[in-house]
Amino acid sequence: MSLSKLNNLYREVILDHANHPHHKGELVTATNQITLNNPTCGDVINLTMELNNHRIQAIKFTGDGCTISQASASMMADVVTGKTMAEALVMAKTFSDMVMGKKHDPVDLKVLKDAAILASVVSFPARIKCATLAWWALQRALLDEQDTRED
Amino acid sequence: MDTDWEQVRSDFPVLQQVVNEESLVYLDNAATSQKPMTVLQSINQFYLHDNANVHRGIHTLAQRATEQYEAVRDQVRQFINATTANEIIFTKGTTDSLNLVASTYGQFIQAGDEIILTIMEHHSNLIAWQQLALQKHATLKYINLTKEQDLDLKDAAQKITDKTKIVAIAHASNVLGVVNPIKTITKLAHQHGAVVVCDGAQAVAHLPVDVQDLDVDFYAFSGHKMLAPTGIGVLYGKQALLKKMPPYQYGGEMISVVNQYDSTWAELPYKFEAGTPNIAGVIGLGKAIDYLNHIEMTNIWRHEQELVQYIFPKLLADPTLTIYGPPSVTKHTGVIAFNLHSLHPHDVATALDQDGVAVRAGHHCAQPLMNALDLKATVRMSLSFYNNWADLDNFLAALKDTKEFFNHELI
Repeated sequence: MSLSKLNNLYREVILDHANHPHHKGELVTATNQITLNNPTCGDVINLTMELNNHRIQAIKFTGDGCTISQASASMMADVVTGKTMAEALVMAKTFSDMVMGKKHDPVDLKVLKDAAILASVVSFPARIKCATLAWWALQRALLDEQDTRED
Repeated sequence: MDTDWEQVRSDFPVLQQVVNEESLVYLDNAATSQKPMTVLQSINQFYLHDNANVHRGIHTLAQRATEQYEAVRDQVRQFINATTANEIIFTKGTTDSLNLVASTYGQFIQAGDEIILTIMEHHSNLIAWQQLALQKHATLKYINLTKEQDLDLKDAAQKITDKTKIVAIAHASNVLGVVNPIKTITKLAHQHGAVVVCDGAQAVAHLPVDVQDLDVDFYAFSGHKMLAPTGIGVLYGKQALLKKMPPYQYGGEMISVVNQYDSTWAELPYKFEAGTPNIAGVIGLGKAIDYLNHIEMTNIWRHEQELVQYIFPKLLADPTLTIYGPPSVTKHTGVIAFNLHSLHPHDVATALDQDGVAVRAGHHCAQPLMNALDLKATVRMSLSFYNNWADLDNFLAALKDTKEFFNHELI
């Protein structure tokens, strides 16, 4: 038996992020907060964000999850820091399309940096939700913020 | 009886396949069982030759369909030793059966009454009661576990009181692998005038069930966990109770007379079977019962226990594993939940899957139990009588691969 195919999923950079996640914790200066569950496994993510003038000044996450969900949250927090809300929403959409095997613009993919490595999850369909949980939480929090601003 | 277990295994076509370049090792039987050829053929046969609606037509096909459908009702009665076939109601599955009881018998619940559950219940035997308690302002109480993680009977004796109206309990746990002492619970509940609703989903395919001996008031189970198709289940209820309960759903089949402004209901069991039922599912269930009866349930229990006696001590002795449920081989069904190191169960399940081993990872629809055990999730392997020794060895080898992969890569 061999688990060699697993190397495609559990790449070194993913394992690094999972074992030593960046931006883990709760932001004291948070302006926005969201908690999202993955009902299939009970995993939870809690995002805290500081939004300033439509821009993500800082972002942190807490929660329990598998290697993929923890790595994904860490990489997401890295790449969305400093982005505008609009930019981050495009990134969330690109990421979601990427892991579901849908078409996406190669230019958009570049913006995802490290997070683009999770494209490999496409061949592990049972784990797509693990990869997207953090991005869905981000998307939900940003859309909620947009709604409040429009109201 | 001398059973050729390899012959038995060959009756299940789905098991003879390669997954991720490895022979499939199906150890997710607590989620759903595989189906033998005879069950699959019976469904095909029904649609090819006998398809008609039941209890309505005068024509030959309708007659054939009705006869087959009602014959299975009596098979189910015999299988669980109910008193009469009127006590057998066909439903969509365990969840549907339990919801039926909660929404009909539940109407007799009043403010201040108590509903007792166990902390190990599957969501299907929990949420319906929780919501009923909220609606009726009844008190919901949970029987806890002992240190060994089986049901605490001392706690049960304290929780069940004269205010208790319903005790809802799993016959066998889908996580802890224990068989609960149902007879003790029914005795206790009946002393206090409460009824017992038993969730048999994890029991019927693994051990002989005798509802009269257990003295349960209601017993619910699913076809799909006992070799039959999905979408068919059974509710057993004592006739006296079913008679006084209002209907669950309204529509065709369940009526006696319908007037413009009022209606009367059909006799048992039809009062609880509104609309066209899952006829092919019922016929498949009949063939599944034939299959189980042919091997014999006592024989199935004994064989599964042999498999447990082989695998359980090995898992228990492994210091990298945490096993849930009682650490005693004689107290375990073929359901074994565990965690490997601090690895997340999803990572473990993905790795096992790469070796062709199908297990479940998650909270197993038992979040209150996970909270009580201070867990988010576990891996769960679950056996059936068609698993063989090679399956268990392949599972152990895959577990070793998983440890090596993550030791090397992660820890």
